[in-house]
Amino acid sequence: MEYLFVGIGGIFGAVSRYGISKWVGRRWKGDFPLATFCINITGSFMLGLLSVLLTKGGATPAWLKSVATTGFMGAYTTYSTFAFEIINLIQDGEKGIAVRYLSGSVILGLLAAWLGLTLGEYV
Amino acid sequence: MDYIAVGLAGFLGAVSRVLLGKIINTWLGWSFPVNTLIINLTGCFALSFFLTLTLERLEINPRLRLAIGTGFLGAYTTFSTFAVESINLIRNQQVWPALVYLLATPLGCVILAWAGSVAAMALAQRQAG
Repeated sequence: MEYLFVGIGGIFGAVSRYGISKWVGRRWKGDFPLATFCINITGSFMLGLLSVLLTKGGATPAWLKSVATTGFMGAYTTYSTFAFEIINLIQDGEKGIAVRYLSGSVILGLLAAWLGLTLGEYV
Repeated sequence: MDYIAVGLAGFLGAVSRVLLGKIINTWLGWSFPVNTLIINLTGCFALSFFLTLTLERLEINPRLRLAIGTGFLGAYTTFSTFAVESINLIRNQQVWPALVYLLATPLGCVILAWAGSVAAMALAQRQAG
């Protein structure tokens, strides 16, 4: 049953990522991959926050954790698109943007996860 | 229709991630999140290979390409789990595992994405020649 709940979360996570990417893509015409950047950082924050909040108190059913964390947040954020965009930037000669995108995503992603975990412990 | 394709493939991608993660964990009972690392590395190679091949050579239905690329492989790999696991390693003062994980994931994924793209281009040229 756990797989079913992860899968349901995965549907909404993947659809949200696709919808946001399209929405941002219509408004942002720069070379920097802004959509994936924002998705990965907000997702890291939310996973940190939810993984603490949904463990607190022990009252949260296991299925809700599977849907929200492993399913939704896992599928909402992505590493494969992130890596492919970096390769494309390098192939297009945009090495500076590639380095900023790579280091910015990792540093801000970790910071966001830390912020989510810490905030979850305080509330 | 595009959203349905992405959603259904996202279901399979997320389930594959958990299933494979559990299999890897039973083989290697490491404290290090080697399952997420292997999932992200293989997913980065696969996406780059697939998107390059379908751009260079192989003609496929655009909706199927979207489902496999954005839906399945997008949901199979994960950034948020990588970020939270890294912070947890640091917080548990596992300095070396944290450092290895933090460097191996982004660098390994970029190298494998590059390898996937090169492999697809080589395959496309061989078929063309």
